[in-house]
Amino acid sequence: MFDRLYDAKFRGIVLQVLLMLGLAVFFYVIASNTAANLARQNVTSGFGFLGRTSGFDISQKLIAYENTSTFGRAFWVGFSNTLLVAIIGIVLATLLGFVMGLARLSSNWLVARLATVYVEIIRNVPLLLQLLFWYFAVLRSLPMPLESIELWGDVFLNRRGFYFPSPFDGSIPHLGRFNVEGGTVILPEFAALLVGLVVYTAAFIAEIVRSGILGVPKGQREAAAALGLTPGQTLRLVVLPQALRIIIPPLTNQYLNLTKNSSLAVAIGYPDLVSVFSGTVLNLSNQAVEVILITMAVYLSLSLLTSLAMNTLNARMALVER
Amino acid sequence: MGARHSLAVQIAALWMALFAGAHPAMAQQKTLDLVKARGQLNCGVNTGLAGFSQPDDKGDWKGLDVDVCRAIAAAIFKDATKVKFVPLTAKERFTALQSGEVDLLSRNTTWTMSRDTTLGLSFAGVTYYDGQSFLAKASLGVKEVKDLAGASICVQTGTTNELNLADFFRSNGLTYYPVVFEKNDEAVAAYNTGRCDAYTTDKAGLYAERLKLGREKDHVIFSDVISKEPLGPAVRQGDAQWLNVVRWTLNAMLNAEEMGVTQANATEMLSSPRPDIKRMLGKEGSFGKGLGVDDDWAFQIVSQVGNYGESFERNLGKGSRLGIERGLNALWKNGGLHYAAPIR
Amino acid sequence: MQLSAPAPTQRVIDWMRTNLFSTWGNMLLTLLGAWFAAKLIYAAIDWAIVRAVFQGSDGTACEVAGAGACWPFIKAKFGLFMFGRYPDAERWRVLLTYALAIAGLVPLMSPRSNGKLRASLYLLAVFPVIAFVLLSGGFFGLPVVKTQLWGGLLVTLVVASAGIAASFPLGILLALGRRSELPIVRWLSTGYIEIVRGVPLITILFMASVMLPLFLPPDATIDKLLRALIGVALFSAAYLAEVIRGGLQAIPRGQYEAADALGLSYPRKMGLIVLPQALKLVIPGLVNSFISLFKDTSLVMIIGMFDLLGIVQQSVQADTKWFSPQTAMTGYVFAGFIFWAFSFAMSRYSAHLERRLNAGSR
Repeated sequence: MFDRLYDAKFRGIVLQVLLMLGLAVFFYVIASNTAANLARQNVTSGFGFLGRTSGFDISQKLIAYENTSTFGRAFWVGFSNTLLVAIIGIVLATLLGFVMGLARLSSNWLVARLATVYVEIIRNVPLLLQLLFWYFAVLRSLPMPLESIELWGDVFLNRRGFYFPSPFDGSIPHLGRFNVEGGTVILPEFAALLVGLVVYTAAFIAEIVRSGILGVPKGQREAAAALGLTPGQTLRLVVLPQALRIIIPPLTNQYLNLTKNSSLAVAIGYPDLVSVFSGTVLNLSNQAVEVILITMAVYLSLSLLTSLAMNTLNARMALVER
Repeated sequence: MGARHSLAVQIAALWMALFAGAHPAMAQQKTLDLVKARGQLNCGVNTGLAGFSQPDDKGDWKGLDVDVCRAIAAAIFKDATKVKFVPLTAKERFTALQSGEVDLLSRNTTWTMSRDTTLGLSFAGVTYYDGQSFLAKASLGVKEVKDLAGASICVQTGTTNELNLADFFRSNGLTYYPVVFEKNDEAVAAYNTGRCDAYTTDKAGLYAERLKLGREKDHVIFSDVISKEPLGPAVRQGDAQWLNVVRWTLNAMLNAEEMGVTQANATEMLSSPRPDIKRMLGKEGSFGKGLGVDDDWAFQIVSQVGNYGESFERNLGKGSRLGIERGLNALWKNGGLHYAAPIR
Repeated sequence: MQLSAPAPTQRVIDWMRTNLFSTWGNMLLTLLGAWFAAKLIYAAIDWAIVRAVFQGSDGTACEVAGAGACWPFIKAKFGLFMFGRYPDAERWRVLLTYALAIAGLVPLMSPRSNGKLRASLYLLAVFPVIAFVLLSGGFFGLPVVKTQLWGGLLVTLVVASAGIAASFPLGILLALGRRSELPIVRWLSTGYIEIVRGVPLITILFMASVMLPLFLPPDATIDKLLRALIGVALFSAAYLAEVIRGGLQAIPRGQYEAADALGLSYPRKMGLIVLPQALKLVIPGLVNSFISLFKDTSLVMIIGMFDLLGIVQQSVQADTKWFSPQTAMTGYVFAGFIFWAFSFAMSRYSAHLERRLNAGSR
């Protein structure tokens, strides 16, 4: 009986049961404290608030939304804005990252140096600082709205945004009383967030690309050269396909980081999920617990989906090798 | 030792508190008893709004909202300095009150129905009658709200201002472009750098921000308002005694002004023959007892903090750089809205 | 025939021929790059020195048309950016704390030093206590300095260092848990790590600042700085756990088996045999995690704290005395330089360590 205490299996079970009990007590205490805190003061809880009228406006909306829409609708507006910046950001960051990664390995000394300087500066400065820099310092140097730069015919640029003829309803931008009116506009908040995310993430992607390419044995390149392939062909047909296998897993991580980092939008007023939902909706409904849990769940699902997609891609890449 | 609020104590307290559990006895404990036992009032204030609550160069808090906190401490402890000011952002403010981190919220908060009914707050009264208006660059030549059709407007998110703005433009069939920020400083900075044509908040806030921007002639504040913003202190629901303490502190400050009792003359007023003054200052009847404090509570408030008018002029009016007129915030006798219930 | 060594100019020309002008395309790239680099360097010097303002006592000095950087702003705010509102008379305590930290770090980082164990013990066990007493005061007649007064670089360093120190033990436990043979322990650890790594830090900080007070019974309050620290530590533990797990996986199986054969219990096996080797392997990874955390610390600004970035942001936006078109740019460039200098130095150190470790294992 007593020597069961020395049985590793038995001890393992006891340990796990204790752990579960401890956690259960921990969560029970937290839940009961929260419930007591909220119930005591008659605070509404539950997810009913999602159906309440929001009452506020949002500057950028991809789906129909007005201040008479619900909090639930506001959630989808924020969510779609997050997706928009994340998807465009991922595409552009990949392009810039590959270019910079290749530039770091360039046989041209000056190009390689410039790429190194870019990577070493950008990687070592907080993203939030870079976003504030783009938004509050760089965009400030654009002209005031009534002195907009007219780029081509109907395309305007000023510190309120970049205006061009709408591809959706064909409306043409023109100078109004305060600012350019009509057309489609890229808001400065969106532009600053996108530029910040792309420039920052691309620096990390460049390093991944570089080490991926360095990871391809030298013999491969020499063999390609011996076969008479040009450097461009060697890169495209021999080096990159093999390097991609090394690159894809860490690249996935960078995509996830970019998506998560888009939540810093809250600091520069871009209406992403965190800004609209964990910001405005939380403030108005004051249902902190529900709002934060929903937000976390959304990012978790996005992370899982991205990993899933990239794992599938990775599996297909691996299949190329026989 | 002197480290009453040191981090180590806090870390230990955190764990103990977490596992102490929320037993019902604790949950129903009365706020006044808690405050008395603690020996200081925890008061939630704005992180920085000139005239309402703002730390000066030495870190001393100044403002009308701050004076309300001090007055309550004076009523309870006979010592207006026994207050810990907890600066709160718009986002943190209600949770801080609900969770018990602060005993009251004196943070230019608008009294609305939904805050009473769904957030578990009780407003104790109105300290400042305000209305939402706009600040715009003078060079634009705009004078009233309807001139702003088609303008970009900067506003702080999660405030009643954001909602009123949307309502107003919608109901008047006007378009506008909202630019919202999490922090007030950011919204003002965006307005100042030309991201928006106008910035909106409560009028007193506009005066404060215009003062901060400097070159006051470059910015106009519209004379019309688009909303009612009664600002006042809020407490947790379900503690009538504590609500009374806050409500009657405010009433005492207003009544004192009405009766002409000031910080300077409070001591000599103790011997005033007027029955209403005698009741207020505790010379007749036992009004403090019913509130759970000593009978000289109102005397302590007035002699240590001053009456409402004094606090107003010192922080917002003639004695301050804001120079705001009493207007709606005058006593009812002088054409304003402040009409405090009598002490009797 | 005897070949003489090429003349120095010839060597330079050769080098340039191979590295800059090997083909027409390459030549074009070089010219483009040179033009771009020249433009960038010119713009930087022009802004930071030529057109910059160096004298003045408020923003009006920097309002000259076409002015560059507004350096008097940095000069006037330097103390604020470094210490926040930490009282002037007590700032020696912060400096002393830094000095004590360096005293521990130097023997740890120099390659040939015998005091490594002693230095790590000092840094992990003794230093935090001293730093705590020195910074917050209340003992030995030191006046209490409330954390509300802390700010600037001080808060950035405190949050990052305390965050890493607090998350280190939790990270080890989680890493061991994820590789444990006990299914529930493994699931819980994996779940925690993946959930935390799947959400943005900002949501965790929101949780710490808005929800944590609700988790506690009424009247139990926690300091704002402590709340941020809890959030940062919980976040960083998940990332550290993955770094440490990498080290654990690199330890050869034989080591585990040998320890088992000696009859060592699990804690002794891990504590005496496996962890010391694994942790040594992942030191570069740990330094990199610290760099990330150091940069991520800037996010506490969003929950209303005044770290270096927060206080710079507040100064450029709310201090009307210093309003000028270039104030914001100057402030961000200054903050960026400080962050960069710290992170870059640490990343060089980590790269150096990595090379040394690789050299050792070859």
